[in-house]
Amino acid sequence: MVDISGLDKSFGKLRVLRGLDLRVERGKVTAIVGPNGSGKTTLIKIILGLARADRGRIVVDGREVTHDGLQRERIGYMPQAARFPENLTARHVLAMLQDLRGKTRDRDEELIDAFDLSREMDKPLRTLSGGNRQKVSAVIAFLFHPEIVILDEPTAGLDPVASSILKDKIRLEAARGTTFILTSHIMSEIEELASNLAFLLDGSIRFSGPIDELKHATGQTRLERAIAHLMTGKAA
Amino acid sequence: MNSLSLNTTAKIFQYELNDVVRSRWMVGYGVFFLLVTDLLFRFGSGSAQVMLSLMNVVLILIPLVCVAFGTMHLYSAREFTELMLTQPVRRGALFSGLYLGLSIPLSAAFVVGTGIPFLLHGVEAASHFRTLAIMLVAGVFLTLIFTALAFLMAIRYDDRVRGLGLAILLWLFCSVVYDGIILGVIHAFADYPLERPVIALTLLNPVDLARVLLLLNFDISALMGYTGAVFEQFFGSAAGRLISLGALALWLSVPLATGKRLFERKNF
Repeated sequence: MVDISGLDKSFGKLRVLRGLDLRVERGKVTAIVGPNGSGKTTLIKIILGLARADRGRIVVDGREVTHDGLQRERIGYMPQAARFPENLTARHVLAMLQDLRGKTRDRDEELIDAFDLSREMDKPLRTLSGGNRQKVSAVIAFLFHPEIVILDEPTAGLDPVASSILKDKIRLEAARGTTFILTSHIMSEIEELASNLAFLLDGSIRFSGPIDELKHATGQTRLERAIAHLMTGKAA
Repeated sequence: MNSLSLNTTAKIFQYELNDVVRSRWMVGYGVFFLLVTDLLFRFGSGSAQVMLSLMNVVLILIPLVCVAFGTMHLYSAREFTELMLTQPVRRGALFSGLYLGLSIPLSAAFVVGTGIPFLLHGVEAASHFRTLAIMLVAGVFLTLIFTALAFLMAIRYDDRVRGLGLAILLWLFCSVVYDGIILGVIHAFADYPLERPVIALTLLNPVDLARVLLLLNFDISALMGYTGAVFEQFFGSAAGRLISLGALALWLSVPLATGKRLFERKNF
């Protein structure tokens, strides 16, 4: 589904990604895990075309991602901290995105009801709380029935109710065959949602594969332990 | 650019326009030109003098407003830009939409604000219409050029204080410092034939170019100053106009193309 090879990215002298290779399987939920500053967000931004790689290639569904950003047609994205035009209402933003895509295809507005957001939809986005903005951002990520959904720390900033609603949505869409790439620091959440895991350290992938395999290889029964094992460099 | 990009540009232009036209600054800018032009007429001056007085407003104020508006606008559109970039939108189309969405309302505010009083009060001689048209063209050129330069700064520097500061410095340089440099050169090399170097120096500053373009159209060769006189002498009015227009077009396309290129490579 998503094939990444030899990705290099530097910001000035800082080398963030060093020859990163990763393969994300279709219809699976892949969690990208790594310490702060390991390059998770940079990797996601490069897949989306928000940042430009210095070297390397990304192939989505057999088609190389060019710099025109049209791969985003099929990708839903929820950033770590959503930023919106402050004076617009959420409803206005949704209408704008719909207009931009110019499709009559129906929109997936399930999350608006699930989050009980309809009262917030007509307020200027600047007046919305951080959590409610994250909810709007989640709505946008799923709005156009994407084939790939990329979520950057999706539940950070959401209350437990909203967080479980979002997780239910992820599970539902994953069961329908949507491919997910998500980052998180919450191990229980990853165990709950993801089947595959990519461990990122110092700009390259140190482990990539099914979570069960990781546990087996490290001889640990809990994901947290298994990852701690990877971080200290004892594992394969 | 294919039809898909053009379509996207048109849509982004439309969102921008909705936003910009509602801004009080933009309305104030148009009303300012309206009031100044109308007042100049009411103080009893004829259309030729009105245009001469307006010329200095055009040459000084338009570049200043455009560098300030242009940088601040792009910084405050950062959220909008980032939202658009999560969608299937080409960066080039996004850049064009953002640029046109600001530069066209700015140009329109100037043309409409200045044009209405002239329509109301009329002009004394038919030839003044041509001068007015040239002044509007020069003002629009300055608007487009300095908005492009402002975008260039705002794209190059993420820090808004730095971007705005450098943009204002650029304005100061083109509007004030540059003329000082030309005068200095003329003074220092007074013993040499200076026509060609001075013409070259004039071509390197869009504000000077606009000034020469305007001065070639007024019947006041005494007020043309050194550069204007040299231009007329060297090229004659018609060729001088064409050359200054061409140089202005170059001044527009280079910063615009550079800004677009930077925008396409930028990490968001």
